[in-house]
Amino acid sequence: MRDVAIIGVGLNPKWGELWDKSLRTLFAEAALAAIEDAGVDHVDSMYVGCMTSGLFAGQEHLGSLMADYLGQPGLPATRVESACASGGAAVRSAFYEVASGASDIVLAGGVEKMTDVGGDGATYALSTAADADYEVYHGVTFPALYAMMAVDHMNRFGTTSEDLANVAVKNHNHGSMNPAAQYPFEVTVEQVLGSVMVADPLHILDCSPITDGAAAVVLCSMDKAKELAGDRPLVKIAGVGAATDTIALHQRPDLSWLGSTEKAAKTAFEMAGVGPDDIDFAEVHDCFTIAEIMVIEALGFVERGKGGAAARDGLTALGGKIPVNTSGGLKSKGHPVGATGAAQIVEGVTQLRGEAGDRQVEGARRGITQNMGGTGGSSVVHVLEVV
Amino acid sequence: MPAGYTREIPQRYRLEAGKCKKCGAVHFPQRLACACGSKDTEPYVLPSTGKIATYSVVRVGPSDFMDLVPYVVAVVELDDGTKLTCQVADAAPEEVSVGTPVTLEFRKVNQVGGHGIIKYGYKAVLDRFVE
Repeated sequence: MRDVAIIGVGLNPKWGELWDKSLRTLFAEAALAAIEDAGVDHVDSMYVGCMTSGLFAGQEHLGSLMADYLGQPGLPATRVESACASGGAAVRSAFYEVASGASDIVLAGGVEKMTDVGGDGATYALSTAADADYEVYHGVTFPALYAMMAVDHMNRFGTTSEDLANVAVKNHNHGSMNPAAQYPFEVTVEQVLGSVMVADPLHILDCSPITDGAAAVVLCSMDKAKELAGDRPLVKIAGVGAATDTIALHQRPDLSWLGSTEKAAKTAFEMAGVGPDDIDFAEVHDCFTIAEIMVIEALGFVERGKGGAAARDGLTALGGKIPVNTSGGLKSKGHPVGATGAAQIVEGVTQLRGEAGDRQVEGARRGITQNMGGTGGSSVVHVLEVV
Repeated sequence: MPAGYTREIPQRYRLEAGKCKKCGAVHFPQRLACACGSKDTEPYVLPSTGKIATYSVVRVGPSDFMDLVPYVVAVVELDDGTKLTCQVADAAPEEVSVGTPVTLEFRKVNQVGGHGIIKYGYKAVLDRFVE
């Protein structure tokens, strides 16, 4: 396999309730921005990550649609689905297409248009990432599934509602420095704990929002990247990992351990030849505050059961030992489910280029992204580094 | 009744599961292949008693369950170690904690729309309701 670089990144200028932008426009905007950023005049192939445009927008067949609306009809293009890990899975697919030598320049992105349906429609669409016959049938919602993981974590390790709230406080603080964030305001622990309870112990401010958005990256071979990079720092994908776990939470021996994230990270770390101590920052899948706590344990940044204290103690804040979710994370930046995994890589490249402005991690040389579907039924991890 | 409903009846009404003949792992629902590599499984019926492994209280529910909120959902660990997800019927949130003993009973789960079918299945009930 050959080395793969990321030569272009693109995002909508702002995520949120974007009523004037359609599914196709959202994706085209991010993809065209990535192509322009890369400085290329064409791509050889494309992967579009999307969880459920059929339920959200009545539209499948996104490979054809997006190639058409990018002005590149004829382009080989495929939609990739792995629930909320679709964006990360799309980038992984593109990585292997370039690494294998099959293509030189490949675009990978993700999109979700979530606000054309009401709250109940969105709840239903998102629930399809869980076990339809054995979880959703019984009236279990996604917040309730993560709430049950939180109760397990609290019961066994003494994690508190304040610990969860501190994740939201930190990520909103980071998001306040991100012009693209959907909710770039700060929150306090008191506000989180005083907000409406959705599924005990998760309040509405423990949950990521419903978001319209897209993100895209352009990958190419390292040789080609060196021709195109100019004076900019060159970023490579040093490691990639993906893994699955049982679709139903109840099938797992440990109800608050993300086995798919642990396995995906192990693969990615081994490929990159590094470990958790070599990482300068992380973008992780904080769809709920408890998720970030479980993820930093599974990635090996803290010991099992110690994730609850990380945000409170400043370990994962900007300026801390391992800044997590400098973009604001899913919590503040927004969570257009199919786009999230690609957007994490956009943030990673922005940090590694030193272009993150007020939220820049000083001296960032290597970062990790972790994107997951469902309650961790799938995970995709990328290790990014400056060449 | 739609086939998507009727084919789940053995599992939902009678807790019919499967067991791997090679390693003894219990699968609910029954599977064609076990993680141990065996494809040799046999029918097995789950025990109906167990305890709460974890739980939550759904306060914002899907429209099909709107008239039930707030309702308690749980992962129940049955006496043989098998875990499944269901509602805890007729329970106030403060009555439920990790380790609370429960029994699975045949209950109405919901009724979809004005003309839809009534859906049944298992729910966990607290011991004070069990005769």
